[in-house]
This record gives sequence, structure tokens and C-alpha cells, in this order.
Amino acid sequence: MRIKRTTWALPYFIFLLLFVALPLVMVLFYAFHGRDGGITLANFVRFFQTPEDLHTFVYSIEIALITTVLCLLLGYPAAWIMSNSNLSRSSITVMLFILPMWINMLIRTLATVALFDFLRAPLGEATLIFGMVYNFLPFMIYPIYNTLSKMNKSYIEAAQDLGANPVTVFTKVTVPLSMPGVLSGVLMVFMPTISTFAVAELLTMNKIKLFGTTIQENINNGMWNYGAALALIMLVIIGITMLFSDSEQEQANEAGGLI
Amino acid sequence: MAGENNIIKLENISKRYDGKTVLDNINLYIREGEFVTLLGPSGCGKTTTLRLIAGFIQPDEGRILLDGNDIAGVPPYKRPLNTVFQRYALFPHLDVYDNIAFGLKLRKTPTNEIDRRVRKALKMVAMSDYEDRDVDSLSGGQQQRVAIARALVNEPRVLLLDEPLAALDRKMREDMQLELKEMHQKLGITFIYVTHDQEEALTLSDTIVVMREGKIQQIGTPRDIYNEPVNSFVADFIGESNILDGTFIKDGLVSFIGKEFECVDTGFGENAPVDVVVRPEDVYIRRSQSGTQFSGTVKSCIFKGVHNEILVDTDEGFEMTIQDYNPFEVGEKVYMLIKPEDIQVMKKERTANILTGTVKDAGTIQLLGADFPVSCDFAAGTPVRVEVPFSSVDLMDNLDEGVISGEVHFILYKGNHYHLTVRTDDGDFLYVDTNDIWDKGDLVGIRFSDQDEIRISELQNEN
Repeated sequence: MRIKRTTWALPYFIFLLLFVALPLVMVLFYAFHGRDGGITLANFVRFFQTPEDLHTFVYSIEIALITTVLCLLLGYPAAWIMSNSNLSRSSITVMLFILPMWINMLIRTLATVALFDFLRAPLGEATLIFGMVYNFLPFMIYPIYNTLSKMNKSYIEAAQDLGANPVTVFTKVTVPLSMPGVLSGVLMVFMPTISTFAVAELLTMNKIKLFGTTIQENINNGMWNYGAALALIMLVIIGITMLFSDSEQEQANEAGGLI
Repeated sequence: MAGENNIIKLENISKRYDGKTVLDNINLYIREGEFVTLLGPSGCGKTTTLRLIAGFIQPDEGRILLDGNDIAGVPPYKRPLNTVFQRYALFPHLDVYDNIAFGLKLRKTPTNEIDRRVRKALKMVAMSDYEDRDVDSLSGGQQQRVAIARALVNEPRVLLLDEPLAALDRKMREDMQLELKEMHQKLGITFIYVTHDQEEALTLSDTIVVMREGKIQQIGTPRDIYNEPVNSFVADFIGESNILDGTFIKDGLVSFIGKEFECVDTGFGENAPVDVVVRPEDVYIRRSQSGTQFSGTVKSCIFKGVHNEILVDTDEGFEMTIQDYNPFEVGEKVYMLIKPEDIQVMKKERTANILTGTVKDAGTIQLLGADFPVSCDFAAGTPVRVEVPFSSVDLMDNLDEGVISGEVHFILYKGNHYHLTVRTDDGDFLYVDTNDIWDKGDLVGIRFSDQDEIRISELQNEN
């Protein structure tokens, strides 16, 4: 008997059902239920009435945005330089950028904390942002490097040929054509940074609280319904950023973006 | 050729990549308003020449002059030239209008002027209704038109075209050829066109530059190149031809395919080995013997649309390709005639492989980076000149059976044998006469047979 291709998909389907769809349904269920079991919007109302949580939420988005912008400012030139250098040398450079990711993020972050300790740098917002950028920079560099290095060099020659000097070539051709990679990179950095909490806890000695920590605290303290509502709010924010870039997504895939 | 109105001059241009010579001492003059085609097989250096003129690469030696001024240090964006790229290179993030307006916007042209010129350019390439379209949504032919409009809208002094029609199908290619020719006549600007398609070159050009392995083989009008090729490579590359070994007996008399023919060529010496080219349409084929020069048997006859292509085995054992409007039966006895003015005699580039090496011992000479078993009387260490006839080089299927190995690089059929150019692994060239059939790119083992035919002489030490 021939096994149909759909049969092979069955284990994945079960996996997705159990570990993606079901938890989402549960998040939805808890978020819209009170502790007494009735359907309610109280969890969301409570969020908007708790200044501390609202503040953490806005602050988390702020930190995520700052991290993303810094990663872009640092990552784009790095990706551009790598894509322009010759192949053997650039693959080593790419390796060097990717290498830290071979080590678990927590261990890396703990090492960073030890380093700051050694330097007697006070742990706070600055070290938090440093740690975030350090952790997520490769996610920005790689998709941009990917689109840049796959970009047909004849576009650049065509622009030169039509009278563009090196600066104009960069702004009018290289940057627009690398946008799919930039978008991929922005999403790859923004999405995890908005929900991260371990890096924040370790690098600030719990001095600074991010939204991820708020959710974790609530769930750990048995406030499942409120925690679920907060998680849902975060999902919606991430969903909005995805929607925002949805139209570009196809191009990103074609151009070799990472997502 | 050196007139007052030369717009571009290449003087002694050489270009190397990783030690490999891509262009070897190129000298070329291009007149204002001329349609020049650089023609040759892939790897001949034609695209490199175009890229040098455009300014994307710099020559290792020599000068490029524009209106008499050296433009070595002028970057591509300051040269009054525009290029139509092989794969069009239209910007995918811009629509048709913005692609064409790209160059004008960079030059800060007023908006209404840009609008006027873009529309004019679109009209010229018959793409007026497409200005808002995404370039990805256009067919290959339409993209080609936009690429041409994008280059021409800047009103360049010279338009460079790098195999612009290579990606189009045959019918569309022929239409575009006519349109390009019309555009050239209407605009009056200089076109430099790169192609490997000899038919395209003959159709379009005022002047054809035939290139091979980084060297210019011949420069001339399409008619000159076709009727009077300077060597067997050009003859073989341009159109169909019978290329044959011959002997130039004296002025006006040449012998080939075992017969003597009157010709109009003079000055090749007496009893000198030459190459002879006869175009298939220049061989007259008859069913009756009267007034003909040689006879043969029809081997095959294929209808080609306008004419029939007939392969004839002559009674002397040579194969000739002949074109005629009338069909002939296979096996039919036929009689042929070639007129003196249709025989093109060319000096042979070489008559044997001339190599230099060192004697290792009585039975071995070091040649081409290996030890060849060749007997000789010179003392060990003597530098020698070794002359190996084409027919003394043996090619082996099995690479290990050869002393060295190489790759079949170029094949020429000479009526009764093949004349091969073999590139050795070290990049040297050997020329081989053989009856065996090889294909271009075949890997072969190489050794020498017929020891008696190999002539060895002591090399005069010039230092």
C-alpha cells in the first residue's frame, strides 16, 4: 500500500494541535474568564487600571524599539561590509558573528553580567540594552547580509551606468533592494525582545522589570486569568507588527530573508 | 581607420584575471555614429572589452580614449555612455516610468522635461501604455525594450549593448534586430554591440570585430568578414564554410582536395601550405560533366527552407558542403565547379607544433611540463626546439595513457580530417590532425607517435 504524503504530515499536525493551537485556546479561555469561571472582560479592564503594569508594558516596547534601532544601526553596515568583501574572508566574518549563538543565551548573559561586575559597571538600563543588542544583533545581521549578498551586482552597475555616484547607488538602489532583509531583521529582533525577561532579570539584578517578567510573576502567583490576558495583549502587539509587514513578507521570502 | 571622427580608441589594452590573460594587446578605433559589433565565442574577451569601455573595470595596460582624452580615472557614472545589460538589470523596486526616469532624476532634470523625455523614450520602444507597470510583470521582450529606453533617454554619446537579445526567442530576436537597426539610423549615436551570434552581427553591424581568446582576429564590414576571412577560425565562425588544407602553387593557382584550381589570390609564395575557404553557396553542382572541375557522390541532401544542403564525397576522398536550390538524390553522381573569385586563400597560422624543451637523457625530452619519450642525440641539459607535426600528436580516451592530459578546445573539419586545438592542463595549446571524432570539452590523454616525423634542433642560446 502506498502511503500518501498527507499521512506523513500527521505527526506534525498532532504536534501543532497539542503544543500550539491548544495553548492558544487556553490562553484565550483564561483571558476572558474570571476566577469564578464566568465570561468577563475584567482582566483587560484591570490591566488598563493598573498604572504599574501599563507603565511596564510601554517601557518594554520602548526598550524593544531602542534595541531594534541599535541593532539596525550596527547590523546594517556590518552586513554591508561583509557582503562586499571577498567570499572566503566574509564567510569567516559571518562565522564570527554567528559563533556566540552556539552558546546558550542564559550562559552568555551570565558571562556578560560577570564581565560588568569585573568592570564595576553599575547594572541598569544601559547594561540591559547592551545585553539585548549583544544577544539579538546576529538576528539583524544575518537576514540583511543574506539579501545583500544575493543581490544581483548588475543593479549596482546599472545605477552607476545611469550616473549614480557611490553614495547615490547606496541610497537609491542598495538600501531599497535590501528592505526585505531589513524587515526580516527588525521582526526577528523586535518580537523576541518585547517578550524577553531572563536577560532583563539577570542584567539588571531585577532592578528593571519588563513586561515578560510581569506575565511570569502573575502566572507564578496563580493569577492565571490576568496573566493570560497580559500574554494575549502582547500577542496582539506582535500580531500587529506582523500584519504591518505582511505585504513585504513575500518579497522577503523571495529575496532570501530569514523568516 | 585613424580618422578625425574617432569617438573611442582602445590602445594596447591588456587585462588579466588571476594571471590569466583575458585581453591581449587590443587596438580598436570606433567612429562616431558607427554600429560596431564585438563578435566571438564565450570567453573571447568581448564582454570584458565592453565593461572596460563602460568603466566597470580598469585595464592592466593600455589606454582608453574618448574624444582623444584618456578616461582611465573617470568612473562609470561620469562617462557619457549608457549600457543595456544582458539580463536587463531593471530595478525591481521601481516601476517602468521610474526605471526610465532614474538617470534623468539623478541629473536634476526639471520634472516636466523628465516627463516629456520618458514619454518620448517609451514611444520609441513602443511601450507607451506600460509606464505604471511593475517591471516584474513584463515579458522578456518588454523588459528589453524598457532597458533600451532607460539607456537611450539619457541621450548618451555611445550606447553599449551586452548580448541584449540573447534571452529572447528567435522570432522576437529578429524583430528586435530590425528595431535596433532603425533606432541606430534615426538617433545617429554610436552603438557598440556584443554578441556571439554571427547572424546577428552580420545583420546589424557597420563594422564587425571578430575576437578569440583575448585577441582581435579581424576587423571589417560584414561583407569583408564573410567573403574574405583572414583565417580558418573566422571562416568557421562566420557562416557555413568548407575549410581545407591546400598548397599555393604559384600566383593564381592553388591546389586542394587533390585538384588544382585557378584563383585570384597572389603573394603567398610558391608551393606554400595554405588554408582554403570555399563557401557552400559558391560551389556549383551539376548533373552533367561539361565545364566542371571535379566529381563526387551525394552523401546526403537536407532541405533547409530556401536551399538544400548537400554533402558530397568527392572522388578524391574529401567531403564538401554545398548549397543549391535543387535537391539531389543520395548516391547520385554529381559534378562540381568553383569559380576563381570564390576561392579564399589564407596563410596558415602554423604548419606544426613548435615547442621548446630540455633534453633529459638520450630518450627523454622535458616538454610542456612533463617528460616525453623522444629519442635524440643531444647531451642532457641541452635546450632544444621540437617540431611536432599535427598528425604526430595522439589523443587517448584514457587520460593515464597520455604523457600529459588536456581538453579539446576547438574543432575544425578540413574535408577529410579534423584539425583540433587541444588545451593542455598547463594552459598550452597543441594542434592535432586526426580522423577520430572528438567533441569540444572532451578530456584527452596526449602523447606523441611517429617519432621519425618529430624534428629536434638545438636552441640557440640568445642570452
